[in-house]
Amino acid sequence: MDDLKAPVFVSTVHKRKRNEHGWKVFLTLTTSIGIIFLIVLLSNIINQSFGYVSIGYKVSPQELVGTNQPLETLSSPQLAEILRQRVSTGLLKQLEKEKPLAELSEPQLVNLIIEKVAKPEVVQTWTLWQSLIQKQEILQTASQKPDEKLVFYSWFRPRIVSTAQSSNPLTAGVRTALLGSLWIILIAILVSFPLGVGTAIYLEEYASESLLNRIIRTNINNLAGVPSIIYGMLGLAVFVRGLSQITSGAWLGLSGAETANGRTILSAGLTLALLVLPLIIINAREAIKAVPDALRQASYGIGATRWQTIWHHVLPNSIPGILTGSILAVSRALGESAPLVVIGASTYITMDPANIFSRFTALPIQIYQWTARPQPEFRNLAAGAILVLLALLLSINSIAILLRNRYKRY
Amino acid sequence: MQSQNMLTDTGKVLLVLKKKKRPGEKFIETTLAICGFITVFITLGIVFELGKEALPFFSGPDFHLLAFLTGTTWQPQINAFGVLPLVMATLSTTFFALLIAIPFGIGIAVYLSEYASRKVRAFIKPTLEILAGIPTVVYGYFALSFVTPFLRSIFGKDVVEIYNTASAGIVMGVLIIPLIASMSEDALAAVPRTLREAAYGLGATRIETTCRVVIPAAISGLAAAIIVGISRAIGETMIVALAAGAGPKFTLNPFKGAETMTGHIVRVSGGDLSYDSIDYNSLFGISLLLFFITLSLNMVSQRVVRKLNEVK
Repeated sequence: MDDLKAPVFVSTVHKRKRNEHGWKVFLTLTTSIGIIFLIVLLSNIINQSFGYVSIGYKVSPQELVGTNQPLETLSSPQLAEILRQRVSTGLLKQLEKEKPLAELSEPQLVNLIIEKVAKPEVVQTWTLWQSLIQKQEILQTASQKPDEKLVFYSWFRPRIVSTAQSSNPLTAGVRTALLGSLWIILIAILVSFPLGVGTAIYLEEYASESLLNRIIRTNINNLAGVPSIIYGMLGLAVFVRGLSQITSGAWLGLSGAETANGRTILSAGLTLALLVLPLIIINAREAIKAVPDALRQASYGIGATRWQTIWHHVLPNSIPGILTGSILAVSRALGESAPLVVIGASTYITMDPANIFSRFTALPIQIYQWTARPQPEFRNLAAGAILVLLALLLSINSIAILLRNRYKRY
Repeated sequence: MQSQNMLTDTGKVLLVLKKKKRPGEKFIETTLAICGFITVFITLGIVFELGKEALPFFSGPDFHLLAFLTGTTWQPQINAFGVLPLVMATLSTTFFALLIAIPFGIGIAVYLSEYASRKVRAFIKPTLEILAGIPTVVYGYFALSFVTPFLRSIFGKDVVEIYNTASAGIVMGVLIIPLIASMSEDALAAVPRTLREAAYGLGATRIETTCRVVIPAAISGLAAAIIVGISRAIGETMIVALAAGAGPKFTLNPFKGAETMTGHIVRVSGGDLSYDSIDYNSLFGISLLLFFITLSLNMVSQRVVRKLNEVK
């Protein structure tokens, strides 16, 4: 009996509880940092999109008018007169040829004067944060430079959507890029949606467990993981180079000197179609898989054929899911820029795309190019364009979410 | 039906069942099958076209496989084609991306699957989806306009260059967090409840259950998530094109600029590139390398996930 010792219990409960508590705090912190990243990212962009801008003029508006009156208060004959006096005769002729000055409205004339005569230039920009914190200093320095105009500027403004690309950040907009993006997306949808949904139906409703079908399944999963730039290289080799006769529109006689080389909207659309195809297939398969088997069996039970079952029962019940998935895939394509750079998005286009054989630029490409420039004002402009892109994506995604909530059945 | 049901001598009805020919049905099935095959052609197309365009580069007189894989200078002008500078930069950005994405991604996954209440989940999940849906060029902008100045203010302007792989890698990590988090969460959610309940029944705390029971059970799923994350980081383009710098440089210093494989492809192809030049063909060589690296990583990850599903 003496050999037996009483078992020693060391209480570790306290330590373990502390440990537990520590980990919980740590994990909560980790998760909240994920959210903080998002907040910092968005506020960084907003911070860059608004703020004071000091604008210098080649010829200041006061000098043009002669008094301290703003340009906007003048009547159109007065404005036209200023324009006639200040621009060169060649330019004037060109302007008159486009549209006689007498027919232009006042705001149009003001814009022309600002663009052709006053030629505003960004001297310095401040971020939103700086504008709020150092407001006094900024105003003070600005008051010492009477020939510069200090304005609180919003780089994300309605005009950015309606004006075309320009080398002056104050007048540059994303109109061409936005139209290019929409054209490209349209082509990508038209090609990849039928192809993707068809494949999904085949895989879910027809395909047996044969080797070939297994290859198709694995292959789709692999394609979804291929980096987007590889699709760009594929598009460059196949659509831009290999099929340049078709993608440049030469076979329809549509190609001008401008559209040659196959670096067109069509090539870009087809490339992005390949990129989103696996995503559409995977999403559509999930949606079709979610349709209960009882529906199919009931349909077969009353003598429907396979296609009748699919067309009248499976598809109507899965179409909200298919659409939601496809919209999400499309929004991915809308933000995609690497493949478009590779297949040759043009750097500087001021003309709206005329048809699918036009040269193109796209919204993300425009953002990329403005960001890559060293001048800080183009950074601000890029931030404004990013807000346009994010607003577009947000509205597209909200449609998808609305669709999902409205038709959620199973 | 009349003609098919024949009365035999004994008065028994012989029912002859024959499948009715439905050409329409067959046509639809064939069309859909063709849709499916087209996806296979895309992969074949990638391998074939990239291979075809890269062939002049790989079979050219200046190409030596050993020099390609181990050379430390990439300068097409002097016919130096060593891919290592590009690969090193890719590895450097990937390393930083994983340094951020693995702890945060798995941390978030564990929190969501083991700790978070329904309400918190309903808030965090959409946030992650938003983070995942932001275009990569926006992340590139973020790297250049926020993270780089931030790093420069911490480490000093002479240490950190304007373009550097660290900043690109960190932002890439943020981009990958949602991917790793959602895949890991799926893996953790697949661990049977009974395992957790057994652990709780023995008096284990939550973190003990998580670390000693749930994570070991889900380890292959977590590994698959990390592999997919690596593959995504290697193939990521716009962030490195904007923030990591231009010009292939062989450096291990993360605060210096260097060009990754994807960054190189974008920069060179963004300029005026003439077909059949050595520059053009070498891009396809790099792409092919990139394709096979990401393909094999993805296949490994898929195999792991499939094994996981079979076990269940």
